Amino acid sequence: MADAVLHVFRGDKDGGQAKEYRVPVAPGMVVLDALHYIQGHIESDLAVRWNCKAGKCGSCSAEVNGRPRLTCKTRMDALPQDKPITVSPMKTFPIIKDLVTDVSWNYEVNKKIPPFTPKPGVEWKMYQEDVDRVQEFRKCIECFLCQDVCHVLRDHDKKESFGGPRFFVRVASLEMHPLDNVSRTKLLKDELGVGLCNITKCCTEVCPEEIHITDNAIIPLKERVVDEYYDPLLRLVRKIRGAPQP
Amino acid sequence: MNNKYETHEHDVLVMGAGGAGLRAAIEAMAQGARVAVVSKSLLGKAHTVMAEGGIAAAMANVDRADDWRTHFRDTMRGGKFLNNWRMAQLHAQEAPDRVRELEQWGALFDRTADGQILQRAFGGHTFKRLCHVGDRTGLEMIRTLQDRGVTMGFDVFMECTIVKLLTDGKRVVGAFGYWREQGRFVVFKAKSVIIATGGIGKAWPVTSNSWEYTGDGMALAYEAGADLKDMEFVQFHPTGMVWPPGVQGLLVTEAVRGEGGILRNKLGERFMEKYDPKRMELSTRDVVARSIYTEVKEGRGSEHGGAYLDISHKPAEYVKQKLPSMYHQFKELADVDITKQPMEVGPTCHYMMGGIDVEAETAQASLPGLFAAGEAAAGLHGANRLGGNSLSDLVVFGRRAGLGAAEYANKAPAANIDDAQIAEAEKAMLDPFARNEGESPYAVHRDLQQSMQNLVSIFRTEEDLQQAMKELEALKQRAAKVRVEGSRMFNPGWHLARDLVSMLIVTEAVTRSAIARKESRGAHSRIDYPQLDDKVWGKQNNVTSRDGENMKLRQVPVKEMPAELQQVLAEDK
Repeated sequence: MADAVLHVFRGDKDGGQAKEYRVPVAPGMVVLDALHYIQGHIESDLAVRWNCKAGKCGSCSAEVNGRPRLTCKTRMDALPQDKPITVSPMKTFPIIKDLVTDVSWNYEVNKKIPPFTPKPGVEWKMYQEDVDRVQEFRKCIECFLCQDVCHVLRDHDKKESFGGPRFFVRVASLEMHPLDNVSRTKLLKDELGVGLCNITKCCTEVCPEEIHITDNAIIPLKERVVDEYYDPLLRLVRKIRGAPQP
Repeated sequence: MNNKYETHEHDVLVMGAGGAGLRAAIEAMAQGARVAVVSKSLLGKAHTVMAEGGIAAAMANVDRADDWRTHFRDTMRGGKFLNNWRMAQLHAQEAPDRVRELEQWGALFDRTADGQILQRAFGGHTFKRLCHVGDRTGLEMIRTLQDRGVTMGFDVFMECTIVKLLTDGKRVVGAFGYWREQGRFVVFKAKSVIIATGGIGKAWPVTSNSWEYTGDGMALAYEAGADLKDMEFVQFHPTGMVWPPGVQGLLVTEAVRGEGGILRNKLGERFMEKYDPKRMELSTRDVVARSIYTEVKEGRGSEHGGAYLDISHKPAEYVKQKLPSMYHQFKELADVDITKQPMEVGPTCHYMMGGIDVEAETAQASLPGLFAAGEAAAGLHGANRLGGNSLSDLVVFGRRAGLGAAEYANKAPAANIDDAQIAEAEKAMLDPFARNEGESPYAVHRDLQQSMQNLVSIFRTEEDLQQAMKELEALKQRAAKVRVEGSRMFNPGWHLARDLVSMLIVTEAVTRSAIARKESRGAHSRIDYPQLDDKVWGKQNNVTSRDGENMKLRQVPVKEMPAELQQVLAEDK
């Protein structure tokens, strides 16, 4: 079978450029196979993150022909054969080396989110229909492709004031847990900046787990924030009753 | 000690951030210990995420007759009675509490109609016993444990590889490693160390394991002087993908069979009728793997050299709901719609029953200050592991290791770090850069994998195993002379050069133990000794240890089982 031509970014935080590699193609081959071929036969110091090679761990995220993807699930035969395949690191995060980026910011955001907190003395009974929607969010494999594609992070670099789709999904999984007992709406509004999302659904499009990030997580969370903080009627009621403002 | 290296000091150092490592860290912290978790990958990416089918625990939510005794009996039978019976007992007794605890920390298992945790059937389990979340149970578990640990505030050192355990006399007092990112060296000083580094599958080319599974923890423990046990028992999971080539070995969960999947050969025969008519597809993994292998070898294999696994007789929606990741995996990677077509599957190197020899109650290894849990430890599974028993192993013995290590740390006297040990480890790490010539570590790794696949696989013979010893010796010479290109910054070639050392230690232990065990038991099948030998080999375990520069093998008698457990085993149903 013919060789594929790949243009793979080589470099670090001080800069770099795409380098051309020719790789023999086997049936059913994915982009990560091609990167492994380069490591094993051409240049052993090509930096790539990967673990399961089965779309379950979310380690091998990169941009293939400009699109954020898991390289282990991107078939070579699904890409145009007549031009080189470009493979670049995720743009939203600082480069460490080659295709490896510094995603530590995500772990810092995660620390801000209050954990699952059950109601005291709760009976541990839940029904499938009540956990279905939360299980959708818990499919997330933390590949951070949604963070990579989100323009609030990618183009506007609002990492200080915005949590990004991954963590809206995480907050949704806690907020909608049938037995959880704390509110995270203030966090959503003030620290994770859910209001900055203008629901272009780019995150949903790139999610390899096909989580309906915008429709099922972000929009309901925005509604919760609006209900609690911006509902004029509720505000009036609170004022009349002398209840504390949220 | 000197100040040349970045140094961190903790009570308990945990190597590995999979289910066992995280559960151990959580428990040690709960005991008041200061805990560091070191992992080769990012947090949440450990091999546990790949576990699919479920976690075995006799909760009796679905089959009311289930109890710890039946789970104990199934585990001992699956392991061909070579298990550490005390571990099997503790495991069966404690697994339900560990599952409930996961739920209380936020895990969301699939539910029964009356709102309890749902359980499914699995190979070798008498009752429906596996608590699960579709076919992504491991992800649910690791995320739950990860969040719990983060909330409790453990120190996590991500993308950091340990290359040496530091000892003070016999006692383990810390570890030396490097940051993968910049290649800088780092020293961890600790009162006790827990190894939870998983298995060794990367020494075989057809494997369900990731790059991380290079046997580091076992090799480090061995080098420090600890005993390894049962190293001949390597589990080949019966159902890995066989086509296309790039995905060969990728796991096809046993849950496919648990949900009713049927195995057929190219003639359309349901061949498990020949090998295990009673349990059929839900026989133990060793039996199913050998059956598929035999069908292929005798010319009845599928198009690409496997067997057909078919679940298409179940409603399409049911398949997509219960086996979502299998559905996507086959659709996207193999152009197969499993709701309509059969999958092609064949054996893949999956799990290591052997490992660091530990005490059942405390998970302490044969060296003071050293503990081990999960796949890196030996004992619970004996000669063959039942599906679903590894996730429960992680939380039951992860917790016990955390307790044991914290308790040890609490009483441990001050320890000394020996600079000479660090200097030696540093030199060994830097040598591959200093060479002007030498082959790539990838070339040596490929040949090691080929040797293991050809010679130390599902069926073994004296001749093959002796040949493997010769090849391993030659590979060791080559590995000592590999050359690494580029800088120390995130350099996979350099990382592999070190991982090779570990793989060569564990594969030698596997091969030596396999030569010694002149019988067939569980995952260890000798063509030249096809029978069980209960008189001799049913009564002893192979133990590997270091004797200077040589590997030493000795046989240790299996401990006598107390009468009440013998009674449980005798209650045959």
